[in-house]
Amino acid sequence: MSGQRLSIACTVNGTPHASEVEARLLLSDYLRHELGLTGTHVGCEHGVCGACTVLLDGVSVRSCLVFAGQADGAEVTTVESLAEPDAPLNKLQSAFRDEHGLQCGFCTPGILMSLTALSNEESRPTSGQIDEVLGGHLCRCTGYRNIRRAAEKALR
Amino acid sequence: MTFPGRYSGTAVKRVEDDRLLRGGGRYTDDIDLPGQLGAALVRSVYANARIVSIDTSAAKKALGVRLVLTGHDLGKLNDPLPLLGPNPALIAPRTQRPLATERVHYVGEAVALVVADNRYLAEDAAALVDVQYEPLTPVVDLDQAGTTEARVHDDVEGNLAGIVEDRIGDPAAAFSSASHVERLHLSLERSTASPIEGRAVLAAWDPVRRHLQVWDSTQAPVAIKHGLCKMLDLSQEQVDVVAPDVGGGFGTKIMLFYPEELLVPYAALKLGRPVKWTEDRWEHFVSANQERGQVHDAEVAFDDDGHILAVRTSFVHDTGAYIPYGIAVPANTLTHVLGQYRITNYEARGRILYTNKTPVSPYRGAGRPHAVFVMERLICEVARKLGLEPHEVRRRNLIQADEFPYETGLHIDAPVRYDSGDYVKGLEEAVKLLDPEAFRREQAGAREVGRYLGMGMGTYVEATGPAPYESCRGKITEAGHAVFDLAIASQGQGHETSMAQIAADVLDIPLDQVVIRGGDSSRVEDGIGTFGSRSLLLGGNAVAAAALDLRRQLTDYAAQLFECDPSDIGLSAGWFQVAGSPGKRVSLSALASLANAFGYPGQRTRDDDPALLGQLQARADAHRSTPPIFESRGYFGAGQQLYGSGVHAATVEVDPATGYVKILKYVVVHDCGRMINPAIVEGQILGGLVQGIGGALLEKLEYDESGQPRSTSFMDFRLPTIDDLPEVAIAHVETPSPLNPLGVKGTGEAGIVPVSALLAEAIEDALAPFGVSVDRMPLLPHDVAALIRAAKTAKGTAASA
Repeated sequence: MSGQRLSIACTVNGTPHASEVEARLLLSDYLRHELGLTGTHVGCEHGVCGACTVLLDGVSVRSCLVFAGQADGAEVTTVESLAEPDAPLNKLQSAFRDEHGLQCGFCTPGILMSLTALSNEESRPTSGQIDEVLGGHLCRCTGYRNIRRAAEKALR
Repeated sequence: MTFPGRYSGTAVKRVEDDRLLRGGGRYTDDIDLPGQLGAALVRSVYANARIVSIDTSAAKKALGVRLVLTGHDLGKLNDPLPLLGPNPALIAPRTQRPLATERVHYVGEAVALVVADNRYLAEDAAALVDVQYEPLTPVVDLDQAGTTEARVHDDVEGNLAGIVEDRIGDPAAAFSSASHVERLHLSLERSTASPIEGRAVLAAWDPVRRHLQVWDSTQAPVAIKHGLCKMLDLSQEQVDVVAPDVGGGFGTKIMLFYPEELLVPYAALKLGRPVKWTEDRWEHFVSANQERGQVHDAEVAFDDDGHILAVRTSFVHDTGAYIPYGIAVPANTLTHVLGQYRITNYEARGRILYTNKTPVSPYRGAGRPHAVFVMERLICEVARKLGLEPHEVRRRNLIQADEFPYETGLHIDAPVRYDSGDYVKGLEEAVKLLDPEAFRREQAGAREVGRYLGMGMGTYVEATGPAPYESCRGKITEAGHAVFDLAIASQGQGHETSMAQIAADVLDIPLDQVVIRGGDSSRVEDGIGTFGSRSLLLGGNAVAAAALDLRRQLTDYAAQLFECDPSDIGLSAGWFQVAGSPGKRVSLSALASLANAFGYPGQRTRDDDPALLGQLQARADAHRSTPPIFESRGYFGAGQQLYGSGVHAATVEVDPATGYVKILKYVVVHDCGRMINPAIVEGQILGGLVQGIGGALLEKLEYDESGQPRSTSFMDFRLPTIDDLPEVAIAHVETPSPLNPLGVKGTGEAGIVPVSALLAEAIEDALAPFGVSVDRMPLLPHDVAALIRAAKTAKGTAASA
């Protein structure tokens, strides 16, 4: 049942990658298990929880609903890009730490990426816009209040 | 340690967040090993069926397949998995076999394991395993599980797994002489915890070292290790289990054992290659343990003033297809019904029934939400009958602050004794925050314009810290760091921070000199796990004990080097100071370096006086034959469970057209004794209560008549989102527990416990003009709308009769 293989070339967090992948390989699995970028998490594999959110040419997408082949020629941005390993956390990440906006941290990378997309689009998003973005993510630990506080603090 | 300390009692920012925010968390599925294979399970698609045949021939020939296992291949290893907590109350305990061979008992039960070059190929091949079933009549409804002819297990009559019961006082006499008695038939439906990370197991067998290394998304890695040693017949040195970062647990990740936790290590052993299994969401919905389902016939006897004279409940508890946790959940229900109320006549009897559904084990709250739902529904009946406010009935029945320690008289395995609390203060605080009088005026005004507002309240106690002890290993490194290893693992509770706060205060050193490591059996071999709101209580006190021992050792060594009595050494902010001699001080970093017999170059100091260090070095060298070790073991057990408590209250508006319940205001008054990190405590409360809102108003596990689960995705089982978060005010009452040095109590589960109860009350109150009674939870909008329609129809029928 293993099917067609595709050659893809994409840029992930600024680094170019050329790979041969199975046509059915999910972008989430490509990032995690082929490129070793495991900051992108997979919570439901049916596009609801939002943990796997990454930016594809700047647009937030659920990487569990995108095939790796669809990233051919695209620029992919993941949570690992938000701060260099030895650099301080960025403003959004710091706000999550300051406001206790995460507990187990599993859903967090996806939320950070959706908010990053929002802040790229809107220099000062409204509370409504922030809530709309956060409404697309499931977090089972925090009860969301501190996530909202962190997002408001960083983006507004 | 004095409280608050430099760190304890403060909302210190979490140590673990930096790596988690960078995408640097390391969850089980993040780990890929060279040569790793992927596993997939073949699962039953029937709720109750005989297995006629299992044909694996096509699967074995499929691309990339390395191994296909059925239960027949496992021999003795396929014996039923362990029963936790054997108990005389169990009449017919049954636990699951790793792979079903003759019979399947629920949709999702594992039937075969397929291992292939990767997960995709393993799933392809799993689809080729041909299992022929002969379907049997399933036991689906809990209401009928005890009376139906259908059997979950052929040899278990009436599907009865066991009976929990206890009695205090003379309820029969109290009921027969009481001036008022009310009865209710109440049900709380089955639900599921749904951590965002599913389960996952990775195992690697090193054939040269003959060592099995397992990574498991579990709440109890050390217990898993010990079990694996027994089941696989390996020695303690041959097995290690790590719970790396775990993406939420809530009880569902401590099962001891899930089949996969044995099958994946076994496959790795057999194949000599690493094998990983990562659960998908459908699998989680059918094969990860669930909870809640109970139906109660409850009654209350009371006098004209609303004093409760007796409570009685006869209930059935849904344990699903197996009973891996024994009586844990229904026993919790039984012991938590009385809650904060002084009730001296009580009787409860719970029949534990098998159903053809996913097995039940504790999910956050673990039997307590059911108990609070029952008691608070009864309170409302008393209030309704006497024309009192429910909170007034509560006030009249509370245990008073001077009655602690309070003996309930109940005894399930151990006496149920509340250690401390101030329930009156908690209730008053909640009433103050909610302002029921103002609300009643608002409610009356709203009703005049066709809006339906309601108010509800739930009080609870929570036994925390079950299973007798936790342990910890402490040591001081050559760099002067205090490192503590715990058997317990974190699933987001922030152990690396809160435990470090405790250790830093006991040792009086800066927080960044403390390292807390959890969940790795290679570092600490004894301990239990994270469940029952026990980690900070038992693990935190174990850390405190280990840190105190290290402090003594360090002080003794400083005294030896300064040639003074240990009582003359003071410790402050990481400095050991000789009393009365300002120049005579040494930092922890320098002391640790001095102690090191090997004297590595580049000795670490802070602002230590080099001349003094030279002198101390000479004295240290003189004692090299007996160097200090700076290691300690900490154990802690409280001798009983400790009782946290709280009051939640809320106002809601119900839209009678759609049945949508909007929470207008939510207040929490909470007592978990001393709070080491108030931000973490509030995070636990808020997370629990939003999970509770999901369980009360949004989430429902539906089954069709054949026992087929119909809620197996996040589109069918609707977890709360930020849109469901109400405005919440949280206040704290702190009654330190006298039964541990830190004065703490557990708090992980508390937030979820009263939510269904108080929302039931609030919805009923809002819909009082329709005459709606709420006797079950959850209530999704269409359920609420149906209740209104039914009440209108009943009224219409009554009016026309």
